[in-house]
Amino acid sequence: MRVPLEAYLILSAYLFALGVVGVATRRNALIIFMSIELMLNAVNLSFLAFARFLNSMDGQIFVFFVMVVAAAEVAVGLAIIITIYRNKETVDVAELNLLKW
Amino acid sequence: MLSSLWLIPVWPLLGFLWNGFFGRRIGKTAVGTIACGSVGLSLLASLGALGKLLARPAEARRVEQVLAPWIGAGNFQADWGLLLDPLSAVMILVVSGVGFLIHVYSIGYMREDPDYPRFFTYMNLFTFSMLMLVLANNYLLLYVFWEAVGLCSYLLIGFWFEKKSAADAGKKAFIVNRVGDFGFALGVMLLWTSLGTLRYDQVFAAAPAQLVAGGGVVTAITLLLFLGATGKSAQIPLYVWLPDAMEGPTPVSALIHAATMVTAGVYMVARSAPLFEMAPLSLSVVAWIGGLTAVFAATIALVQTDIKRIVAYSTISQLGYMFLGCGVGAYAAAIFHLMTHAFFKALLFLGSGSVIHGLSGEQDIRKMGGLRKHMPITAWTFLIAALANAGIFPLAGFWSKDEILYGAAAGGYGGVWALGAAGAFLTAFYMLRCYYLTFEGRSRVEPEAAHHLHESPPVMTVPLVILAVFAALVGFVGVPPEHGAYHRFVEPVFAGAKQVAGHAASVGEVPMAILSLAIALVGVWVATRFYVWRPETPDRVVGRYPGVYRTLLHKYYVDELYDALVVEPIRRGSLWLWRRFDEPVIDGSVNGIGALIRVGSLALRRVQTGYVMSYVLSFIVGVVAILGYFAFWR
Repeated sequence: MRVPLEAYLILSAYLFALGVVGVATRRNALIIFMSIELMLNAVNLSFLAFARFLNSMDGQIFVFFVMVVAAAEVAVGLAIIITIYRNKETVDVAELNLLKW
Repeated sequence: MLSSLWLIPVWPLLGFLWNGFFGRRIGKTAVGTIACGSVGLSLLASLGALGKLLARPAEARRVEQVLAPWIGAGNFQADWGLLLDPLSAVMILVVSGVGFLIHVYSIGYMREDPDYPRFFTYMNLFTFSMLMLVLANNYLLLYVFWEAVGLCSYLLIGFWFEKKSAADAGKKAFIVNRVGDFGFALGVMLLWTSLGTLRYDQVFAAAPAQLVAGGGVVTAITLLLFLGATGKSAQIPLYVWLPDAMEGPTPVSALIHAATMVTAGVYMVARSAPLFEMAPLSLSVVAWIGGLTAVFAATIALVQTDIKRIVAYSTISQLGYMFLGCGVGAYAAAIFHLMTHAFFKALLFLGSGSVIHGLSGEQDIRKMGGLRKHMPITAWTFLIAALANAGIFPLAGFWSKDEILYGAAAGGYGGVWALGAAGAFLTAFYMLRCYYLTFEGRSRVEPEAAHHLHESPPVMTVPLVILAVFAALVGFVGVPPEHGAYHRFVEPVFAGAKQVAGHAASVGEVPMAILSLAIALVGVWVATRFYVWRPETPDRVVGRYPGVYRTLLHKYYVDELYDALVVEPIRRGSLWLWRRFDEPVIDGSVNGIGALIRVGSLALRRVQTGYVMSYVLSFIVGVVAILGYFAFWR
């Protein structure tokens, strides 16, 4: 039995929404970060599903790009979070308001 | 030499560049040698050019060379073009000849000055600009170097810029000249719009055909050009800067404010003779302004006590004679007077410089007297120059001034002639007064200065002696009057223009010459009576006419008048604009925009909560809204 396209898209949308809610509600910078990764991978999933159902390689190529960018983002983002932690001893985004007027 | 006219002005330019860039490193001797040598080379080149020019037949004495195109835009064309004809030949000889002697003199006069290289840099730049001014073959190039000599004048008047009066004098000269130059620029523009060319030969060829003789356009052009000349050559109403220009070093006064630059206006009017001849109204204006200036400045010179200022007012007065000559159509006589004047007036200035040098900076003739015993060379050369300026036979000034007065009388300009004759009397009086008070009688020198009193070194006195020889003898190139070697050389330039002198010969030349000599001798006699035989006379005369004396001493209050009429209204107007327009309107609008943004951001910055969740929320809402818009409403 073949899994229909809709199933992939529904899963992808579900994961994406999960990421959005995570970013919007959590206060720990690391969790926010993970939620962002979740959103990226949800998008990857729909790319792959479309690529498969349209018999095109374009989606897969794009996924590679997204993964590369995500990896780079992790490297930079984690470094920032570690630095913030060293300075403030917390990664609670509610406490990070240095740039506020 | 005629094939490469650029060899004449190029040397001072090189000297200017070399001294300007390396002057501080190569030492005073090298700077002085380069500066004088470059002007000397120009003098040699000019003499060579003169020789070649003389070898040609009279009608072929005109060489024009275009070195390079300069501006070509549409049908507008201006070139780096040089023109050598007898008129510019006389001018380059005066500029490089007198200039060379003054440069040599400056070596001695400026010896102690720490800014020695800067001085010679400016002097060379001036010489270059002046040579280019008289060699230019079109009005635009003339205008450029007209401004360049003005710049050099400004730099050199304000040479001792640490002194406020010197800096102010430089500014005054520049600003007053700006007024005249504005008129000159307008004249050149009008010339171009009406004739479509600025080259002398083309202008003079086209003018009779395209302009109505005596019409409004040609009158406007010539009056505007003459306005420029009144600024540069210090005539009423723009003469006020020249007396103040005496704040500069004395050699500068000699070179720029006596011998060369101030004669640029006379040269320009003479060069434009074909245009002026088409505008009789302008000619009368020139003649009357010249005559009035001659008398006006001479009366001021009667009572001044600063030796340089006396000579400065004398310069204004003599320039008035030159314009008088131009105005009555005696162009050759005007240029002749320009040439003789350059020699004796430079000598007068250098002589005063020598006196000032010997008296450690004293310029007040009331604190001089009896100097002849201490500085005989200066005294004798000064006397020769003073007599030449006064127009005593057979010195240079006699021949040229007499010729101008004769031109006025012969042309039927009785009123102008009377002004010139009155001026001649006054000239003789104040020149001799200046000589007597400085060099004769009992010494009134302050003991401090008397202690250091000395004759100047040879590097200064030798130029004095050479100039004195010229001041005495140069008039003979114009003998017999109207038909001398000088006239045969220069007259053809003005052949197109009508020649008043020599035509309406209702007055005899010899009686006129005797009359003008008699007038000058009366002046000498009165001065001698006042200051040698009866030294108490001046005080008695002053006591009888205190009002007149005060008016003359304050130079007719013209400076005060200009201050009240021009300077003060402009100052007040600027103050008003500053307080009532600049501050509230310009600054107000700029500050208003700033204040507006400040108030706006006061409200908007509440959005920036510093709470990341709210940012994310607004971001998500925004994305959903945009997506929703594209998905459902489009």
